[in-house]
Amino acid sequence: MNRKLIFEISGEGKKGYSLPPLDIEEKGIEDLIPTNMLRDIKPNLPEVSEAEVVRHYTVMSRLNHAVDVGFYPLGSCTMKYNPKINEDIARLEGFTSVHPYQPEETIQGSLAVLYELNQMLCEITGMDQITFQPAAGAHGELTGMLIIKAYHDNNGGEDRNKIFIPDSAHGTNPSSANMAGFDVVEVPSNSRGGVDIQALREMAGSDTAGLMLTNPNTLGLFEEDIIEIAEIIHDAGGLLYFDGANSNAILGITRPGDMGFDVVHLNLHKTFGTPHGGGGPGAGPVGVKKELVSYLPCPLVGFDGEKYYLDYDCPHSIGRIRSFYGNFGAVLRAYAYILTMGAEGLLNVSETAVLNANYMMEKLKPWYDISYDRICMHEFVLSAQRQKKQGVSAMDISKRLIDFGFHPPTTYFPLIVKEALMIEPTETESRETLDAFIDAMIQIAKEAKEDPEKAHTAPHIAPIGRLDETKAARNPRLRWSPN
Amino acid sequence: MSNYIPNTEDVKKNMLAEIGYSSIEELFVDIPDRVRLERKLNIKGPMAEMDLMRYMKGLASSNKHGGEYTCFLGAGAYDHYIPSALGHIISRTEFYTSYTPYQPEISQGTLQAIFEYQTMICELTGMDTANASMYDGATAVAEAILMACQATRREKVLVAGSLNPEYKQVSYTYARPQGVSVTELGYKDGSVDLNTLEQSIDNETAAVVIQTPNFFGVIEDLESIAGIAHQNKALLIVSVDPISLALLKPPGELGADIVVGEGQALGNPLNFGGPYVGFFATTKKLMRRMPGRIVGETTDNVGNRGFVLTLQTREQHIRREKATSNICTNQALNALAVTVYLSLMGREGLGEVAEQSLQKAHYLHDKLIDTGLFTPVFKAPFFKEFALKTTISIEKLNSRLLEKGIIGGYPLEKAYPDLKGGWLLAVTEKRTRQEMDALVETIGGIANE
Repeated sequence: MNRKLIFEISGEGKKGYSLPPLDIEEKGIEDLIPTNMLRDIKPNLPEVSEAEVVRHYTVMSRLNHAVDVGFYPLGSCTMKYNPKINEDIARLEGFTSVHPYQPEETIQGSLAVLYELNQMLCEITGMDQITFQPAAGAHGELTGMLIIKAYHDNNGGEDRNKIFIPDSAHGTNPSSANMAGFDVVEVPSNSRGGVDIQALREMAGSDTAGLMLTNPNTLGLFEEDIIEIAEIIHDAGGLLYFDGANSNAILGITRPGDMGFDVVHLNLHKTFGTPHGGGGPGAGPVGVKKELVSYLPCPLVGFDGEKYYLDYDCPHSIGRIRSFYGNFGAVLRAYAYILTMGAEGLLNVSETAVLNANYMMEKLKPWYDISYDRICMHEFVLSAQRQKKQGVSAMDISKRLIDFGFHPPTTYFPLIVKEALMIEPTETESRETLDAFIDAMIQIAKEAKEDPEKAHTAPHIAPIGRLDETKAARNPRLRWSPN
Repeated sequence: MSNYIPNTEDVKKNMLAEIGYSSIEELFVDIPDRVRLERKLNIKGPMAEMDLMRYMKGLASSNKHGGEYTCFLGAGAYDHYIPSALGHIISRTEFYTSYTPYQPEISQGTLQAIFEYQTMICELTGMDTANASMYDGATAVAEAILMACQATRREKVLVAGSLNPEYKQVSYTYARPQGVSVTELGYKDGSVDLNTLEQSIDNETAAVVIQTPNFFGVIEDLESIAGIAHQNKALLIVSVDPISLALLKPPGELGADIVVGEGQALGNPLNFGGPYVGFFATTKKLMRRMPGRIVGETTDNVGNRGFVLTLQTREQHIRREKATSNICTNQALNALAVTVYLSLMGREGLGEVAEQSLQKAHYLHDKLIDTGLFTPVFKAPFFKEFALKTTISIEKLNSRLLEKGIIGGYPLEKAYPDLKGGWLLAVTEKRTRQEMDALVETIGGIANE
């Protein structure tokens, strides 16, 4: 049975809104706008009553898996619990009903949030100044890459066109570097899953612009050679970019600024508990060291001892990267989150996240392959190669997990691990949940041997069966149309 | 102990012991001592809920906001009415605590909503196809420029002087590293000057970028601009106020190749500038060059209709440095708000919002002209926003209005030094006759001082 689209429950004359009547004398539209500019037919939007709209979307919401519904061990995405008080705070009218161009004296509360969170994130990352303009992680990466480019261009390094990126990196890294006009050079990983520093040393030179690194990396492993890596890049005249996607492992433990990174982005929607919203809004603030502050997008927020102000003095700025001041609503939630946790709370977050991951990894080791047998940080990567030989792929395992009420791990990433299943439990899951997931994974491993068909046909308990993605791409239907 | 962390210290101790460790510290041996933080972070907190709420309410109340003040500011962000039901729907935790719908079997709620969103954007813009959203209107314009350059293999872009100044700035930021040159065109009577456009465009121009209603509120002559662009085989990129499309001819009918814009006005609060949502629509021909996520229809193993993310070979997680864009996380929840808004308002409601905005903007415009203190900066037709000129200082005007609980217009001089004394006012359906009359009356008082 097909679920109906909103257009398919539309009925002429139905109404989901109520507006007061026009309280001024009405003029003929033709007197205000030339008729050739007016639309002939109204857009084919649905006509539905409020009650039906609410039911339609409420029923749809129930087809989603979500953090509040069940375990969501999606590696590298940090699907932690999203505190409800932060939702209440973000809905205060004093924050939501503020126009971005209001005079400074009327936006002191919002500017205070930006100013104070700037200081907190500087302390957490070891950087000197943050911009909140970037709307998401990849947007932060682009901002950071543009800053590195502008810095080199301004310091006689116009020929520095190479950005090194490990082969284990997120796809956004090479894509962002490319958008900033750099050539991407892939750095191989060594046998311990870290950057091959021998190779890096040979690659680094006078054309080096910098290195993008996620630490802990996407294998969930801390780059043990980080000090040497930083030296190699700095000695070559390059800068280090920290992809903060995995910061949930290191809060209060180590700071990218102390590791030698010059530019950092954080994903507030990962590390600082702001909701993912089904794919956004996120926030990807970027922090830099002192030498790079003048390159940040404009404006920054200043404080003169009495009031907060927007500071447009950014002489080398890369320019604006987004309108206004970024995804303020997400920034606000992150600020509330950090205030709730405090220093010890944040440390507890990372310690617990790392413990949870190691606990799961150890329990699953006998059943799945692990490419790099080391202590992991907040996440770890299993390989389903053993199961694949039995005819059950990582994808099958993922789909079978849905039957147990779990969201699958990140599947087939990072690319350097075959049949990869990347698992990130976060700190907000109980031991009971972790155990239940471990049991499910063990059962699936057993099934792979005894009854592989069960995984092939999964999910069995889901709102819909396995979907034909090839068909969708081959014959794209990207909008509804009548008939 | 945090109320967000279920495992107690005892439980953690047991877990550690079970996997053969005696302390948490042992799990961090891979981090070199030299980079370890040997002190506590110096940050505020922890705060209990009650204290946190009290503190945050204090900050919120040090803002002056639309709940207490009447807002006549626009310039890219608009104070439209948001139906009550909308907030309740997007507050469903199944929507806001889910991730990008990579696992379609357990994400049909989000996927179907995006499919409905894409359809609505197509209906409004008159285009064939739309993506799942961009960060905001500014980045949507910037990405459209990059897409047009890739599609035409040309590297010159002309942008209208009447394009939102922040959109221009973001476009420069995105274009520069790609070697794309962006040239700003002058304007004439608040609109694109067709003569200048004809003189500036040539067979190396990838795209012409315009906005309608433009930054000054003026409705552009799309058809003529499209004609000039297409004669030179350049693409036409149009940034548009989606509310206006309930009344105005859709850009798709007038020759636009890419239609983008800021979707904030469709059900998203002002929120001090974000989160907002950029929409992005194009022709069938250019579909596979679009940036970002796209949802498509398909069937499951027993033939039921379902929805999946599709055409993913354009995207960064597959194509890496060769992707059409680096965008990953977008503004899904804001796009959901747009979808719910357009479902609630529907064909008639959106029309009413647009028409009331139009009528009220003209009412206020005429009233202000009648005071004799203002003259129109431009004579061209406008939608819900208009520019007036006065000899009274705009700063004084706005600060006096503020004393009376009114947030005044945007000083055009900020972005257009040649428009000194220019004041840009926006009027939505939310403004009442009483509020508009109060504004006019206050201004009369200032003039009489």
